[in-house]
Amino acid sequence: MSFAREASRAIRSTLVLWVITALIYPLVMVAFGQIAFPFQANGSILTNAQGQPVGSGLIGQPFTSDRYFNSRPSTTSYSTADPANDEASVLKTGISGASNLAPSNPDLLQRIQETTVQLQQAGIQPTADLVYTSGSSLDPHITPEAARAQIARVARARGLEPNQLEDLINQNTAGRFLSIFGEPGVNVLRLNLALDALNS
Amino acid sequence: MLQGWIQIALTLLIVVVITPFFGRYMARVFLGQRTFLDSVLHPLDQVILSLSGVRIQEGMTGWQYARAMLYSNLTMLVFIYLIFMLQGGLPFNPTGLTAPSWDLALHTAISFVTNTNQQHYSGETTYSYFSQFAALGFMMFTSAATGIAVAIAFIRGLTGRPLGNFYVDLIQSITRILLPISIVGAIVLMAAGIPETLAGPAIIPTLENPGISQAIARGPVAHYEIIKELGENGGGFFGINSAHPFENPNGFTNLIELVAILSIPTSLIITYGIFANNLKQAWLVYSIPFAILVIFIIITAIGEYQGNSAVNALLGSEAPNLEGKEVRFGWAQSALFAVFTTASMCGAVNSLHDSFMPTGGFVTLSNMFLQIVFGGQGTGTAYLFAYLILAVFVTGLMVGRTPEFLGRKIEKREVVLASFLILLVHPIAILIPSAMTLAFPEQLAGISNPGFHGLSQVIYEYASAAANNGSGFEGLGDATLWWNLSTSFSLLAGRYIPIVSLLLLADSMSRKQPVPATAGTLRTDTGLFTGVTAGVILILGALTFFPVLALGPVAEAFQILKGIG
Repeated sequence: MSFAREASRAIRSTLVLWVITALIYPLVMVAFGQIAFPFQANGSILTNAQGQPVGSGLIGQPFTSDRYFNSRPSTTSYSTADPANDEASVLKTGISGASNLAPSNPDLLQRIQETTVQLQQAGIQPTADLVYTSGSSLDPHITPEAARAQIARVARARGLEPNQLEDLINQNTAGRFLSIFGEPGVNVLRLNLALDALNS
Repeated sequence: MLQGWIQIALTLLIVVVITPFFGRYMARVFLGQRTFLDSVLHPLDQVILSLSGVRIQEGMTGWQYARAMLYSNLTMLVFIYLIFMLQGGLPFNPTGLTAPSWDLALHTAISFVTNTNQQHYSGETTYSYFSQFAALGFMMFTSAATGIAVAIAFIRGLTGRPLGNFYVDLIQSITRILLPISIVGAIVLMAAGIPETLAGPAIIPTLENPGISQAIARGPVAHYEIIKELGENGGGFFGINSAHPFENPNGFTNLIELVAILSIPTSLIITYGIFANNLKQAWLVYSIPFAILVIFIIITAIGEYQGNSAVNALLGSEAPNLEGKEVRFGWAQSALFAVFTTASMCGAVNSLHDSFMPTGGFVTLSNMFLQIVFGGQGTGTAYLFAYLILAVFVTGLMVGRTPEFLGRKIEKREVVLASFLILLVHPIAILIPSAMTLAFPEQLAGISNPGFHGLSQVIYEYASAAANNGSGFEGLGDATLWWNLSTSFSLLAGRYIPIVSLLLLADSMSRKQPVPATAGTLRTDTGLFTGVTAGVILILGALTFFPVLALGPVAEAFQILKGIG
């Protein structure tokens, strides 16, 4: 077969398949998503009573103070930065990342040692998820054990009853799919939003 | 712990249960029989074929098939490279990204054309929405369809049929298999929470400290996510891939992604069984990778469940290793995903392999060395049968009979092609560049973890490239000119040399006169022969790499036992 015929078939089939799989398919899916599932399709953005966005129901936020349930340690601080001083351009695109420390890396051990001490000083019994950094650095969840380990501290800081907090944790825990697949996780942002609503 | 094993067992069960149905469906598509989507898709196929200038009746020889595949892949490579380099001026670029460096764009283009999706970049910060859906997403369909087409041509040749027409197989793989499943899958994933939008990142003040803002990256993810897994592509929309809550928000999406990853390579074995009219043999062949898969899952999951002894001493309790893992997946779903994704050459990750215990490193590396634990889209199935041909040859030598497979004599040409593509190309594409890189640890390697793990990082990167997997020990500083170009070599060698060899092998098998089976014929559909094949796979496929496994993950395991520091 001639080179010209061979090349023409390659180019023509590439263009036809491109229009179908790379233009029609994605743009139809975007249109479908925007019409059928506007909340999920735009990133599950949560809003407060005034209609202001406060975060995404699927993405974690940094919480380190006594007044809030703390989230997991994150290598990117949950893709946050000070808008006035964002030298790394985090706020231009948003980022994700992980420590990629090997289990044999002494830096990992040292970091975990420091985190463990900090948690103990704050009166929190360290759990694995609170000392290990997450995969995405945006993990929205902590384990139910890690949430319960923080009840006493948050209750003291806010002057609330521990059993009130226990209820809030249960309400904001996402279970396994069909009670089988995955692990239960407490959504820290939703839990803390509920906490603020309780106080106000 | 029991709960974790139940999740793993049920996921495997789902994968096995859908295999015969999906395998039969694919066989019907490629045998030209009626399928339930015909009334809609038949006219579409006709339009695509005529616009492409392809005549459906036109058969191809092995060499013609290979040439058509190379021409079409080269055209796509140039096309997407141009999109990357021009992305600054193209639409759908809400974050105003400019063109990446030429070597990164070249590496990305080669990596996606070869169905590898090795990423030396973060999606959020490097490629615009347009580059992602119109270039990367495009290759996710066509590179996967190329793999399926090659597997089908190989199966046709093995069973004595003409090989068919590359363009017809390519187009039908997309219109009959990949696209319909992707449309349904994308809608399901959207409903489950995955975004699908053209809006840029949301910038929102954080709840605890409104002086600090969070940038929530998003984009047209759902449609991309499903073909990423279904086509064994594995290139994440976001830097952190399926660990990102927007790529994989819960246990349900994780299950869909896991099943999608293994569905095509498992089912293609049954497709073979229907072509060969010998389902018994297909299931026996199926049992080899399945048994290896189960053993690998057990090894990996136990390692992650037991966790890091040094950390557990600090915690004062037994805890799983959760470094680089998400709470919603835990040890069981993370270990399962890591084994599935490296077994199948998908390369998507829902947890970071660099932070896995050495057992996980051992398994993920072994998967990529073997390449047949179901293996890559189409290619894995073809490698499996190439091993079968070698096993026929070896057993034929042992018992002094002329080796035959499916009534066709295995001769010098077939053995040369099969052993060349399995025994030589893969180690060359991994070990030689690894040795060169390790000779210059300071200048070239970019190793981020000290000790034995550093060696594993380098080997992993080349193994992932040569096996067309695409996952990585991501701590490695691989966004350099050396890494981009040297892995491009492994990507191309690991993809096109085996594919062309497979097509030539299929061609020569299809031309042989069938020999009638007699009492003296070596039967290949028995448990004994399957066992021998498994032995051949482990000896030929794994032994070459045993020294690097010993120096990497095995040595690291002993180091951790001895105590870190």
